[in-house]
Amino acid sequence: MDTAKLIQMMPEITDGNRGFWEGTLAGELRLQYGTSGIPQFPDYPVDRVSLEPGLEWRKVSGRAKLWSWIVMHQKYFPAFADEGPYLVAFVQLEEGPFMMSTIVDPPENLHCDMNLEVVFEQLSDERAIPKFKVVK
Amino acid sequence: MSSKRQVAVVGVGQTDFGALYAQKDARRNETALGIEALKAALDDAGLHKNEVDGLITSRIEYAASADAMGFKSLRYVNGLEGSGRMSGVSFQMATTLIETGQADVVACVYGNNGRSVQMKYGGYVGTPTMQYDGIYGMTSPGASLAHMYRRYQHLYNAPDNALANIAINNRNNALLNPVAVMREALTEDQYMASRYIAEPLRLFDYCIINDGGVAVILASMDRAKDLAKRPVRVAAKAAATTISNFYSDTNLFYDICQDVGGRVYGESGLQPKDMDCAQIYDNFTPTVLFSLEGFDYAPRGEAWRWASLDRIGLTGEMPINTAGGHTAESYMQGWGHHVEAVRQIRGEAGARQIPNCNIVQYMCASPIVSSHILIGE
Repeated sequence: MDTAKLIQMMPEITDGNRGFWEGTLAGELRLQYGTSGIPQFPDYPVDRVSLEPGLEWRKVSGRAKLWSWIVMHQKYFPAFADEGPYLVAFVQLEEGPFMMSTIVDPPENLHCDMNLEVVFEQLSDERAIPKFKVVK
Repeated sequence: MSSKRQVAVVGVGQTDFGALYAQKDARRNETALGIEALKAALDDAGLHKNEVDGLITSRIEYAASADAMGFKSLRYVNGLEGSGRMSGVSFQMATTLIETGQADVVACVYGNNGRSVQMKYGGYVGTPTMQYDGIYGMTSPGASLAHMYRRYQHLYNAPDNALANIAINNRNNALLNPVAVMREALTEDQYMASRYIAEPLRLFDYCIINDGGVAVILASMDRAKDLAKRPVRVAAKAAATTISNFYSDTNLFYDICQDVGGRVYGESGLQPKDMDCAQIYDNFTPTVLFSLEGFDYAPRGEAWRWASLDRIGLTGEMPINTAGGHTAESYMQGWGHHVEAVRQIRGEAGARQIPNCNIVQYMCASPIVSSHILIGE
């Protein structure tokens, strides 16, 4: 993995998403909540149910289920060029939203609906990203 | 609603996809490819350009296209993006314009120089939310379908070779299509040995990337009756969306296809068993399984068993993608499927003609699901 190139690809930190990225550095997975109380990810300009502003990032459980996963063989991104085939997981957080991620130290018999929990990987002093591990 | 005018396809045109593919180093303009197809469709219909009063482009920009085509005065013009879902959307928009009297003759024109410009359909993060996927190397519509297909395998125990028949059938049909790009048969062994792109999907589960153009001209039935070819009536049409932050639909497009299918079957009074063949949007082979189930051709979870080569081949009870589809004929993002539906109904499909073909359904499972049923008049 070319970490410098990966960091270049990442979303820039903005007023809208800062709470999420501060959470990853603090070891917390956070989702965006507005007046409807229905969490959303990633960041949106308004609460998508009420269309009202006034959003905040709140720590959530970090628990998820593996909806599906793939192994990417095609080389699309320079940051992943030396990675070999890599696993991309599509997970559903316990609170509802889906996110793309990956599984650290995946077991050989990975299967859909496995229970997962979040872990964080520090890429630099400023950036950390959520990944998931299988709950034994 | 009873005053709605009837609408028919009156002209279809396409480029020679195989010939374009064979000229490897040529660099082509996508608008020029669309114009070549438009000229063929006008000739097919026996229409003069000046009789067209509506233009809808997809993938090619409408103003530059209208200018290059010499359309000086149209009653309606619009341009749609170049995603595959837009072929059905364009077709239905044209039909509605004619039904409601806003236009009489609408040309839908599509041009694609994806091979010339080395389109990869992955490796870029176009929207802010896609950047979050890119962190994990997630990109491309094919990878989204791979996620959905893995889930399908988990739910319904589909084995590793469950998609092979879809890819093989497309190749079999393309063997009989003089303009197809991939004109060699594919064995199951070759299919299974092909490399993974986004596992569980292999190379032969993927559409081709090639250059070409397609045009479809629709007109009111009153006009259609005076034109060169047998009118192909739009008997029913419906669409619905399942748009989210991800291409993947966690219901595998099932409920939304049920909704759209229910409406086209209700409007036409027809059922899947009444179709003489089916033209199914097949950007990647799993999309065919999702469509067959969502539109009630196959029981849920069983399309991979249902779609035997005997059943879906040209002599089977339900031939599908008779021109070779996106994996063998040409990746024209659903547009080629429309041309093939019309040719089959007119009896113009040559060596791949289905006897007495009169009723055909088009279906596209994607974030915009569309379907229409076409009937020969």
